[in-house]
Amino acid sequence: MPSELREIVGMTEETGSPCGPGSPRGPGSLRGPEPIFDVSNFAPGFRDEIAAEPGGEHIRRCFSCSTCTAGCPVAGVTDKYNPRRIVHMALLGMRDQVLASDFIWLCSVCYTCYERCPQDVRIPELMNAIRNIAVREGHVPRTFTRQIEELRAHGRLLEIGDYENERRARYGLPPVEEAAEEVRAILNRAGPKDGPEEGV
Amino acid sequence: MTGSLRGSGSLRGPMQYALYLGCSVPVRGMNYEMSARRVAERLDVELKDVEGFSCCGFPARPADWEAGLLMAARNLSLAEEQGLDIVTLCSACTATLTEANYRLREDADLLAWANEELAGLGTGDAALSTPRYGGTVRVRHFARVLYEEVGVEAVREAVAEGADGGRLLAGFGFAPHYGCHYLKPSHIYDGFDDPENPQSLDRLIEATGARVVRYEDEGQCCGGGILGFDEETALLMTAQKLDHIVEAGADAMVLICPFCAIMYEANQRRAGKLRGQPPGVPYGLPVFYYPQILGLAMGFSMEEMGLKLNRVKPRKLMQTLRASVR
Repeated sequence: MPSELREIVGMTEETGSPCGPGSPRGPGSLRGPEPIFDVSNFAPGFRDEIAAEPGGEHIRRCFSCSTCTAGCPVAGVTDKYNPRRIVHMALLGMRDQVLASDFIWLCSVCYTCYERCPQDVRIPELMNAIRNIAVREGHVPRTFTRQIEELRAHGRLLEIGDYENERRARYGLPPVEEAAEEVRAILNRAGPKDGPEEGV
Repeated sequence: MTGSLRGSGSLRGPMQYALYLGCSVPVRGMNYEMSARRVAERLDVELKDVEGFSCCGFPARPADWEAGLLMAARNLSLAEEQGLDIVTLCSACTATLTEANYRLREDADLLAWANEELAGLGTGDAALSTPRYGGTVRVRHFARVLYEEVGVEAVREAVAEGADGGRLLAGFGFAPHYGCHYLKPSHIYDGFDDPENPQSLDRLIEATGARVVRYEDEGQCCGGGILGFDEETALLMTAQKLDHIVEAGADAMVLICPFCAIMYEANQRRAGKLRGQPPGVPYGLPVFYYPQILGLAMGFSMEEMGLKLNRVKPRKLMQTLRASVR
């Protein structure tokens, strides 16, 4: 299959399919090594689930024009990330494949597509909505677990203790106090209840 | 000068702000903080330190939207309690606080919910007092304050009174990097600049007496948002812009976000390696925070502008400065 066509139908080349284990293809097949999906396993309600999540409200507006992918700075350097494909997979109901994927974590949240999308799908917020669902189901990248641990410990991503404040004083800067307790209370109340430690 | 959006009867000075530092600036961007504080003081912008600010909430949003919103709301409420608007240095903080503010001001139910949640933080002796947020705070990036409220003309005048009669940087060409969250999502920023063809940082660079250098794909994101998830992809994004700026022949890059600086300066060598640059031949592209070059043009010293903390040594600029002192 020509690469442009593979792109149009949402297949990947050597990077491998994000969609699960492959299946053998017969001789003369036009297909690549990608799996064939049993669409009866798809979750048609996934789009509604996303639409009910803050930031996901506009998912049903997408008409797959690819303006997002065309201007995406991440897609510009790697084919691991393709926002249009992710939205399309979500609309098809490929819930398990989307939530367990690495690619939902590759949006750099630059808002380029947000500004240009003719249907106002608000993809960076949509990605966050999908990530929220993924985290609730235990799909948490390690980096992310570490970041939340820092927030719990220091109320910020980078610790400010005596060492940092002494260093600041040397440059004539006032000390900064951490507000760890307050942030921890917010994360305990509203955030993932057991912390994200159970993550993948 | 823009008037206060606060209710009538505010005795607050027109250019008095709570300085919101966020996570990166006070630890990894002290040169940014030092220069911003000095420059602000000289331009009669009073930056006040407010106790109790935490992370803005940006890193919590992918895990839990509510947690991110509550962290932002809490920070906003602390500024409001002091009767101050917020000035930010980090662009991600700017967008997070501005967007949370935008939603809380638009949606009375959401605001009531956030206040209820914040009031319930901690229990008994461990209750954590958080002021109620009324939705009156404005959030502004420092560069936007310089552009809109101080004004480019006033910046230019301050430079004219500075080093070499404002001609210190006449021989320099700087490549502006606006970054993403300073401009986008644009609907929360009242259209103060055009996200596809921004002008504010260009005008501010010109006001220092330097020339603006154009380069390919200026709107490109630094990649910082995905550094922790896919380092190689993030650094490829960084390298792409460094390539374009070096090709265009700029003396340095000028930016206004600590995370962009981490990508373009702290990670410059690694980005170069990824591009197949031979070891020992790094990009060598100096990276400045805007207030640093403004301060130098206004006559502040290299020490005062924290140049010692710039990792890629700006040799040409340092030579020019030494010559001007003699």
